[in-house]
This record gives sequence, structure tokens and C-alpha cells, in this order.
Amino acid sequence: MKRRGASQHWQGWLFMAPALVFVGVFVMIPLGQLLQTSLTDKSLLGGGKFIGFANYWRIWNDAGFWRALAFTAKYTIVLTPILMGLGFALALLTFENKPLKRLTRTIVFLPVVIGLSSSSLLWFWLLDEQVGLLNKLLVDLRVINQPIVWFVSADLAFWAVVISITWKVVGFGMVLFVSGIQSINPDILEAAVMDGAGYWGRVRLIILPLTRRVLLLTTLVSAIGSMLAFDQFYIMTAGGPRGQTFTAVYWIYQNSFVSFKLGYGAALSIVLTLIILVFSTTQIALTARSAES
Amino acid sequence: MTAAALTGEVARPISVRRGGPAAPAAWLAAAACVVVIAVMGAPMALSFLASIKTPASAVPPTYLPQALSLENYAKVVNFQAGLASYVANSGLVALMTITACIALGAPAGYALARFAMRGKEVAFLALLAPIMIPYQALLTPLYLDFAKVGLVNTHVGLAIVHTILQLPFSVYLMRNSFEGIPREIEEAAMIDGASAWRRLTRVFLPLAAPAIVTVALFAFITSWNEFLAALIFMSRETSFTVPILLVSVRAGHHGAVDWGALQASVVISIIPCLVVYLMLQRYYMSGLLAGAVK
Repeated sequence: MKRRGASQHWQGWLFMAPALVFVGVFVMIPLGQLLQTSLTDKSLLGGGKFIGFANYWRIWNDAGFWRALAFTAKYTIVLTPILMGLGFALALLTFENKPLKRLTRTIVFLPVVIGLSSSSLLWFWLLDEQVGLLNKLLVDLRVINQPIVWFVSADLAFWAVVISITWKVVGFGMVLFVSGIQSINPDILEAAVMDGAGYWGRVRLIILPLTRRVLLLTTLVSAIGSMLAFDQFYIMTAGGPRGQTFTAVYWIYQNSFVSFKLGYGAALSIVLTLIILVFSTTQIALTARSAES
Repeated sequence: MTAAALTGEVARPISVRRGGPAAPAAWLAAAACVVVIAVMGAPMALSFLASIKTPASAVPPTYLPQALSLENYAKVVNFQAGLASYVANSGLVALMTITACIALGAPAGYALARFAMRGKEVAFLALLAPIMIPYQALLTPLYLDFAKVGLVNTHVGLAIVHTILQLPFSVYLMRNSFEGIPREIEEAAMIDGASAWRRLTRVFLPLAAPAIVTVALFAFITSWNEFLAALIFMSRETSFTVPILLVSVRAGHHGAVDWGALQASVVISIIPCLVVYLMLQRYYMSGLLAGAVK
């Protein structure tokens, strides 16, 4: 028995080696290089001289970065409650396994599996002031007098992206909440009905508390996704008008791959990684703790 | 939690029925469902309808096509390097990503599930680490490394980035799935003298087929749709993937957007995702629930 354990030991590492080497070569080493590059003035043309923490000092004074970070935070803070609230409402509406409700869930979930570039261009078209059918519908229904020109104002452009992303990912939260609600012991709900609890009473006193963990984790996953937003803004607003809708990742992209300030872009990436790390460690700690209980 | 959340094989008597089947609340809920279906389904339906209009009828817009035409699709087929080349690029990168996720993830998951190793959990955390580091941050050093070894503008290079994204989930799912296989089955194979490698390929992999389908499905959807790395790493027209094709179609030739061609390319980009998802819905849901909340 003991000998088998010993032989299993090295064999196990052999099986794990390819994945470990992959992560080492393509994640850990690049992460080290990122740190190193962030301390240099490297550009695509050359450079690479060690300049200490100069890039980090520059971030401190980079109004564009702070504006992009504030915009990303605003986007996350506005979008997350919309996604979670609507997702939960849709879950309450559709969690029973009846044909119409299952169909509703499937239709709501479909946009989750398509690409962000596809959905962004789809909405870029729907929202267009000349050919967009959403504008036409709103005019035909007399909601507005003339088409809305979404992408000339930062505020309207912001909401255009929020609307398109809500359509795209609301199904994600819904599905997780549905599974949370379905895993509640039906006896508890039946007992509540016996005790005279109405629909909202059951939602508030039973369903919400018993799905709290799923709600919390989904909120974190969703918020991390929003903090890293890029595709939708690159495609729908191109950061405009006047650079007012740059997100943090977009700002890094601009510096690294448009202006080719790779050293500076690396320093920005490190700062973003640290911000995201706070969110993801919270997520993992929560997952671990709830797995114990 | 189970995949029943969406596919709904298990009927759970959660909603307690009061007041008979024709209660007004039930009708209200049904009406709400119909509204939700209409609102959520409309964008893709309208995009599809717009893609089969005649190109001239894009402005002013109509809800329904007045005459059917495949002209928009013909334009996309012949766009720049040709649709076939973009689809082939995306397909090849996706295939490589799927292969890498299974080839790296299954043995690692096997070791984690079945071998007594010191430091195993630390290694597991190392394999999950990419989740905590946004891949967006790694693109600068990866670009510089890939430029040195000639991996920019190659399928392999982009597939590596997509594998970074998808490997932690693959390892996690494979470990979970292997842990669920009864030890007796493996012990029987051991008594027959099967080596560890043979046990993995002949016993474990066939039994974990659903998890492998799930890993492949997620790898496909991630890779097919990924935008930022493709934008940075695939700078040559001949190496573009489908998401980059979409952006180039919008940019067009002379600045004016060809809306019909754009919607045709959007439809083309969406269809593979919808098809694999609808065919393998149950696998998708089991993966989603395992990955997100457990």
C-alpha cells in the first residue's frame, strides 16, 4: 500500500506537469515581465531603460486614467443593481418548470452565449438615428418626437451601452437565481403558506434569505465583469464623445497598443490587476466559507 | 444545484397553488412571460430579418423585409479576404483551444482527484490563479513575447491566450467530475493491471464524457467570441477572426456603414453559438452552475 502511494506521488505530478508548465510559461512569467516592464520606459520602438517607479507617479497625475477609472466604477455601480434586480425578478417569474416559463428562460438566456462584439454591433444598429428600429419603434409609438442620437452625448452613450449589456447578460443572473430558488426545500414554502404568508412574504422572508449566497456571488462575478469592460465601449462609443467613455481596460489598450507606451501600459495593468484582486479574493473567500458551512 | 434549472427535468412543487388553475395571478404571469419573450427575442429576430432585406431598402428602415434577398450575405462572403477565411481562422483557433483545455485539464483534474500528493492543493490554487489575474493585463507581456518568437498573427498564439482564459474552469470541472467516479471502478482496473495512464484514458475519460463535452462547449464559446486579444494579436487581414470581421464590415470601404452586410455578418457570428448552445443546453447549464456558484 505504502509503495503504491509513493509511486502515485510522482505519477500525479507527471499528470499535472503540462498544465502547471502552461500556467507558468503563459501566466506567471508574463506577470513577472509585466512588473518588470512597468518599471521601464519601453515603447514599441525600443526603450526599456529602468526608470524606477516613474510610471506609477505618472499614473498618479494621469487625469485621463482617473476619469476612465471613475467612469468604469460608475458603469459598474449603475449596471450591477439593474442586472441583479431584473435577473432576480425574471427568476421569480420563471423558476417553475412549466413549458411557457422554460421557454421564457431559454429566450432570455440566448444573448448570454453570443459574442459581445455581435451584440454590440446589433445594438449599434438598433439604436442608430437613421436606420435603427428602436428609434423607429419609439417614434411610431409616439414616445419620442424624433429619433434619439445616442452616441453624440456621453450620458446617452452610457445608457445605450447599459441597455445593450442588460439585454446581453441579464439571463446569466436569472439562471443562477432560478437554480438557487429551485434548491429551496418546497416543504419550507408550503409551511409558510400554511402560516398565512402571502407571495411577497414568501419572497422576502424565505426566498431572499435562502438565496443570499448565490445573490452575493453572482453580484461579485457580474461586478468584476463590468470593471473589465472593453468590447462594448470600443465598438459602440469608441471612447467618445471627447474621450468621456473610456473604461480602465480601454485606457490601457490606448496606451499600450495605440500609443505604444508599453512601459506605462504595464504599470496601468498592474494597478488594474490589484483592484480586481480585491474583488476576486473576496469572491473566493466567500465561496470557500460557504462551501464549509 | 443541478442542470435542471434550465432544462427542467425535475418538476419541483415549489409554487404552492392556491385558488385553482385559472387564478388571475397565473394569467398575469403568463402575460408577463409573453412580453419578456417579445422584448428579449426581438433584437436577434430583427437583425435576422434585416439581413435578408434587399440592400437598397435599409434606409428608411422597415420592421419586416418587403422583398427577400441574400445579397447581404453574398457581400459578406466576398468581404476582403473572404468569409471562409475568417470562419476558418475562428474555427481553427477554437479547435486548438478546445484541444488544449482537454489535453491539459483532464490529466491535471485526474491527478487532483485521485493521487495522494503533498502540496496538491497549492498546485490546484496555482492552476486557478489565472482567474484572479485579468487576462487583459497579461496581453502586453504576451504580445512582446509572441512578437519575439513569431506567434503574433498565428492561430497558435491566439489559442494560447484563449486557453489561459478557459483552463482554470476546465481543470476545476474535470477534477469535480473525476471525484464523482466511484473508487471501486478504478480499483477493478488496477487489479487488472492497468497503468495510471490507461486508467485515465480507458476508465476515467469515458465516464467523464459529460464534463468533457462541457469543457469543449465553454472553450468553443469563449474562443469564438473573444475580442480584445484577437484585436491586438491578429493584425493582418488574412488572420482576422469573426469578431474582427464584424468590426471591419462596419468600417466598410468608404466610411458609410453597409447596414445590411453588417447584420448579415452579425447573424453569421451568432448562429454557431446558438446552435451548439441549444443542442448542448444541459451541459452548458451544468458547467455554468458548477463554475459560478459552487
